[in-house]
Amino acid sequence: MSTDAVLYDHPGPKAKARNLVLTIVFGIALLGLLYWIYSRFDAKGQWDGVLWKPFTYGTTWNDYIIPGLLNTLKAAAVAMVLSLAFGIIFAVGRLSDHWWVRLPAGAVVEFFRAVPLLLMMFFIFFGVPFITEQPMSIFWAVVIGLTLYNGSVLAEAFRAGVHSVPRGQSEAAYAIGMRKSQVMGQILIPQAARAMLPVIVSQLVVLVKDTALGYIISYSELIQLGVNNLSANYGNVLQAAIVAAIIYIIVNTLLTSFAGWLSRRTRRRGRAPREAGTAAEQATIGPSMGGGGVS
Amino acid sequence: MDVFSDPLNRDVYITGFLWILKLTLAGGVGALVLGVVLAAMRVSPIPVLRGFGTAWVNIFRNTPLTLIIFFCYFGLFSTLGLSLADDIDLNNFWLGVIGVSVYTAAFVCEAIRSGINTVPPGQAEAARAIGMTFLQTLTIVILPQAGRAVIAPLGSILIALCKNTTIVGTIGLMESSSAMKQLINENGDNVIPIFLVFAGTFALVLIPTGYAFGWLANRLAVKR
Repeated sequence: MSTDAVLYDHPGPKAKARNLVLTIVFGIALLGLLYWIYSRFDAKGQWDGVLWKPFTYGTTWNDYIIPGLLNTLKAAAVAMVLSLAFGIIFAVGRLSDHWWVRLPAGAVVEFFRAVPLLLMMFFIFFGVPFITEQPMSIFWAVVIGLTLYNGSVLAEAFRAGVHSVPRGQSEAAYAIGMRKSQVMGQILIPQAARAMLPVIVSQLVVLVKDTALGYIISYSELIQLGVNNLSANYGNVLQAAIVAAIIYIIVNTLLTSFAGWLSRRTRRRGRAPREAGTAAEQATIGPSMGGGGVS
Repeated sequence: MDVFSDPLNRDVYITGFLWILKLTLAGGVGALVLGVVLAAMRVSPIPVLRGFGTAWVNIFRNTPLTLIIFFCYFGLFSTLGLSLADDIDLNNFWLGVIGVSVYTAAFVCEAIRSGINTVPPGQAEAARAIGMTFLQTLTIVILPQAGRAVIAPLGSILIALCKNTTIVGTIGLMESSSAMKQLINENGDNVIPIFLVFAGTFALVLIPTGYAFGWLANRLAVKR
């Protein structure tokens, strides 16, 4: 159901007048809220030029924000590649005909999806060094944590994708004498991957957001460098946090619109496999909740 | 398992998960109420409210929860002086609830909005035809049907919320992940059992919860 204009009648003169009054009332309430925030900031002197000025310095961007953003994107990109591999391997594992492959793969995927990412990262960063007796690289602690979690989420997405490929495809492949591995590798996965492309890109948004967890184990990403370290120099936590939030919002909005564009494109070609349930698919486009994900 | 036979360590474990439970309950209620209100705003006939809802969703859905919690503590509490309780832990708890609620509300709002989209247009048209106002149409006809369609997504959101509450540990609340970190640092020779107990608790509670929501969603689905 398209929500606009179905839930309410086309406004007549009376409704138009009422809507106008409500618009003004809520508009004033909203302005009041904004003014309240403004005055709270003002009372604590948070609009002082000194606090905002650092964002006009080149060094702020070159030494803090840009390196932080690059580290965030680097961790997200490496984790993406690894989680794709992890996802494909475990999706194939869960679809296996042998129970001794299917059950362990299923257990691994379910386990890593249920464990909070932060708990995982703490274990990798603080716990694993006790076992290996070697210090853990902070970058890899973040990346491995992200990979295990997002890889498991992608494994489920891939499994749904493989199920959405019409049965005739694999039947035809078997009929011309392909082996199981060939059917999976050459017929099912390429088609599933195309159907799942938007979901994969949306998962990137989750990855970008979840790299922020690296801040908690002091990986020098955007919050660590651009908010924590920057505000240690200039005493402008609030301002730095707002700027960092804007950067995250821009990056993630770009990724989301890219995912939307991809899904429109695959749909237009009309060769995409039968949709795996439109509502479910639409829900996955757009960023899902990080750290826990919606899946 | 000797680690947990020490009552002190057991206390750390239990307090950790009690905080998670409280955060999940308080955050879940906050996010649900806020999310429904935001969804109602986003489908309302008043442009200002629609814009407010859209802005909220786009801002909070795209910002990492870590940054939001960080902002609640260093921004709302330290800088702007918003104090919610005299007790430090309780103050951090409520700051965490605010952060988790405003973040999760954005996802609840989107889930409910897509649930509204699953209700056939005829339902709203019929409601309008018998003279119902927008609020009546929404609360009496549309939302009850949409609610049954969004049980599965809301279940996933609740599970994600429960896992996300571990992030509140950043601002000094001894929730389960901080508790695990402490136990690991104190008992370096028992790292794996400690991890398995903490992770296992989450898995044992959350995996069945996921299946329960799936079952419930199936049972309550509107058959069309």
